[in-house]
Amino acid sequence: MALSREQIAQRVAQELKDGYYVNLGIGIPTLVANFVPKGIEVMLQSENGLLGMGQFPTEGEIDADLINAGKQTVTMATGASIFDSAESFAMIRGGHVDLTVLGAFEVDVHGNIASYMIPGKLIKGMGGAMDLVAGADNIIVTMTHASKHGVSKLLNNCSLPLTGKGCIKKVLTDLAFIEIKQGKFHLLERAPGVTVEEIIKLTEGELIVNGDIPEMKF
Amino acid sequence: MAGFDKVVSSYEEAMAGLTDNMTIIAGGFGLCGIPENLIAEIKRKGTKGLTLVSNNCGVDDFGLGVLLPNRQIKKIIASYVGENAEFERQMMAGELEVELTPQGTLAEKMRAGGAGIPAFFTATGVGTPVAEGKEERSFNGRDYILEEAITGDFAIVKAWKADRYGNLVFRKTARNFNPLAATAGKITVVEVEEIVEVGELDPDQIHTPGIYVNRVIKGSFEKRIEQRTTRPADSETAQPKHQGE
Repeated sequence: MALSREQIAQRVAQELKDGYYVNLGIGIPTLVANFVPKGIEVMLQSENGLLGMGQFPTEGEIDADLINAGKQTVTMATGASIFDSAESFAMIRGGHVDLTVLGAFEVDVHGNIASYMIPGKLIKGMGGAMDLVAGADNIIVTMTHASKHGVSKLLNNCSLPLTGKGCIKKVLTDLAFIEIKQGKFHLLERAPGVTVEEIIKLTEGELIVNGDIPEMKF
Repeated sequence: MAGFDKVVSSYEEAMAGLTDNMTIIAGGFGLCGIPENLIAEIKRKGTKGLTLVSNNCGVDDFGLGVLLPNRQIKKIIASYVGENAEFERQMMAGELEVELTPQGTLAEKMRAGGAGIPAFFTATGVGTPVAEGKEERSFNGRDYILEEAITGDFAIVKAWKADRYGNLVFRKTARNFNPLAATAGKITVVEVEEIVEVGELDPDQIHTPGIYVNRVIKGSFEKRIEQRTTRPADSETAQPKHQGE
């Protein structure tokens, strides 16, 4: 069975380590905050200028001056700090954020990512995504493995305009956890009940399968 | 105005000198921390041919979006423009020039502009459409592109408090691009929720020193919320009631 959005987030959360500063993108990555493993502390960075993002506010706590990068109302965790946008991207570009999780339309075997534009259809802009992928060493991309019509999103070469070049090393899809190295995809784990053959069929770029591939554990 | 007193009493006075075809740098992220009354004054003046530098372009009926129906904006430099139907229409029709710029690069362009740095190298955008036509150089084995600084004829800024000398304090994430915009305008106009007497702000707690600020006006603000997300009052978890995609 393909993973649900929550399960993708849950598997990503297993990659969190105690003391990590983490930037979570909009969509599935945001859900990762709900699955932080017990006993560890992470601090969420929101690129509009907040380190130490808390949970959503109650109706009474809503503050128009306090939002996240998805423009949602949020709260501050204890120990939070506030800063301007240049400072925020100094943290990001300067490599101070330990883990970045973001979505994508396509990735390829060269570690390229396309996530911000579909020419003629969707031209909303890259927001902070280009800075995030250029600045972070440790990035996990979350996405569906293929389109509804079975067209792979793990490609030999991205077809859409790139968000970043050669910067992606890990991809978690609804079917598989994949590492990108030396110009190839490497299958690390598969979603429970999904076969290696199914994953190969929906992966356009070359996929290395080394020995028995374990199922993800939740 | 006398000495360092920057306070003006009308929005007309606040935006005096703004003429067609000028460049305006605006603070704000989404609808958070936007100089909403200064934008409204630009709409009222009807100034046209403007180049706007702002992370976003508001929504259809609020923020910079209100300058779209009368075609006051010629060009916008922004990182994300996704919440606005009229914007999309004008962009697709070629009536509005849009320069999409990565958010961190946009912030740094303002910072550099205000700090007298004409350009800087960044890895952001290498190998993407953003790099087209830009000088590329390698440092320590990594590729970077040259991005030029931005300055404006005007900067429009929203702060929480100011003293009469234009020293500014921002509040929570309404800070965002505002301090950067404040440094990068030939004329920097700031609207605030409260003006205090000189000496009332703790010098250690001032975010933007008054040297960057030319005019200060006290306004009243709608502070519209773009994505109202809440949790139930008795909930301890971060489960969202509404999840933006």
